[in-house]
Amino acid sequence: MKRVTGFIENTMGIIFTVCGFLAVGFVVLITGFLVVSGLPAIGEIGIIQFLFGRVWASTASHPSYGILPFILTSVYGTAGAIVIGVPLGLLCAIFIAKITPKHVGIAVRGAVDLLGGIPSVVYGLVGMIVIVPFVRKTFNLPDGANLFSAIIVLAVMILPSVVSVSETAIRAVPKEYEEASLALGATKTETVFKVIVPAAKSGILTSIALGIGRSIGEAMAVMMVSGNVANMPSLFKSVRFLTTAVASEMSYSSGLQRKALFSVALVLFVFILIINLILNLVVKKERE
Amino acid sequence: MKKIMASLMAILMVTAVFTGCGQSEGGEKATGAVELISGTVTTDGSTSMEKVIGFLSEAYMEENNEVKVTYNPTGSGSGIQAVLDGRCDIGLSSRDLKPEEAENLTGVVVAIDGIAVIVNPENPVNDLTVEQISSIYKGEVTNWSEVGGGDAPIVLIGREAASGTRDGFESVTGTEDLCKYTQELTSTGDVVQTVASNPNAIGYASLASVKDTVKVLSVENVVPTTASIQNGEYKIQRNFLFVTRKDVEMSPATRAFFNFTVSGEADEYITAAGAIPAIR
Repeated sequence: MKRVTGFIENTMGIIFTVCGFLAVGFVVLITGFLVVSGLPAIGEIGIIQFLFGRVWASTASHPSYGILPFILTSVYGTAGAIVIGVPLGLLCAIFIAKITPKHVGIAVRGAVDLLGGIPSVVYGLVGMIVIVPFVRKTFNLPDGANLFSAIIVLAVMILPSVVSVSETAIRAVPKEYEEASLALGATKTETVFKVIVPAAKSGILTSIALGIGRSIGEAMAVMMVSGNVANMPSLFKSVRFLTTAVASEMSYSSGLQRKALFSVALVLFVFILIINLILNLVVKKERE
Repeated sequence: MKKIMASLMAILMVTAVFTGCGQSEGGEKATGAVELISGTVTTDGSTSMEKVIGFLSEAYMEENNEVKVTYNPTGSGSGIQAVLDGRCDIGLSSRDLKPEEAENLTGVVVAIDGIAVIVNPENPVNDLTVEQISSIYKGEVTNWSEVGGGDAPIVLIGREAASGTRDGFESVTGTEDLCKYTQELTSTGDVVQTVASNPNAIGYASLASVKDTVKVLSVENVVPTTASIQNGEYKIQRNFLFVTRKDVEMSPATRAFFNFTVSGEADEYITAAGAIPAIR
């Protein structure tokens, strides 16, 4: 009996190890693949020309591969989504955790979680049919598919992760802090903004990191609302993101164009790595 | 451990690639069969013809499972060169053959790509000339009032750079690499949807995929229909050609596939692929 148990223990041990390394293996595989297939085109085009070139015309008779418009669009789009989405999400989290009675909070929380489960193509579709015409009419533009519409869609898409992580952080703040603040005569609003939010800072920062990750990596939804032309970004101009640059041309591309798309993916990957690193550092510093 | 996993994955990928190549060559041995036609038909060329050749080869292979039809999307020029060099059985071209190419090659029109120019139903414009369309897309004409419409900016809707429809539209209107698009969308459905929801938009799409949520313009007073495209009256169209060598006999399998595609039987698949069958 003992030997059988020992055998099971050993086998399971091996299976756990294999599965553990499998995840690492995939990361290594994808990183390796991106680096190997992304570097040649950067070498061929020239890194300065690739990263800082302002013109992307991959199928022209004299092709030009500059991805500065994509990089700036991704950065502006993500920043815009954070500026709109994080305050909204944070206030929503405070509402759920501190303001509303418990059963209402559960219902709101459920709705927000549901929002997180909606596939991105549905966001894109709704954006295309509702937000794009709305933006066109409201701002009296010839066309509503632009950076602004993309920012709105992205801001809604990051809400669920911002709300759920911030809410957990807010709930984790010790009850005594709140009670002490109220006992000293601070109002509820003062307590929320001067005591609870600062105490939950690291959790809120993590929620921002998740939001950035989600919005910079989103392709499908923004492809349907951003117009997809490789312009230098401007709020009411049709723009193309790093992700959509890859997604819209990959299926037919060939030769240097294809290799350049891998390079765009590599740049995106490096971006996400850098953002994660910076935010990890910030969160760590906060905790200390 | 991760090295082992990584190399395992790499081996898997490489074998997958090689088996893919192996099949296209392996089939040729069986050509000697008496009754059943078998073998491989290799096609090479126009990326715009991807859908047409896909529908045709799939339909044909379903009936004749001994025959394998392969397609290599390289572009019309490369396809013509490939058939000239004997690297493929049928070259696919979405432009007509040049006189010097026609000396050694035969081009047979299999299908016609009719591209409809569409606007929002609210737009009063009903007809444009090819020249007007070209200057609209080049950004020389930017207001609808300049071409007989209301005073509103023109919003140019197009397809992504790699699209066959875009390639066809730009080559017929002479606007290659010159279009000042407001939106580059990745599917015909998106183009139709966007034009339907924006009163200032103009777009283009294969005639077969246009719905009645948008208005199809006539071009130089010719309304695009199957008939007006087949007799060449409608201007924004181009031919899809099968190109073969004059001096080399087609293999039985190639001949059989070729005959199938120019028979009336193939019409429904060509239509399903969004193109117009040529007049036989």
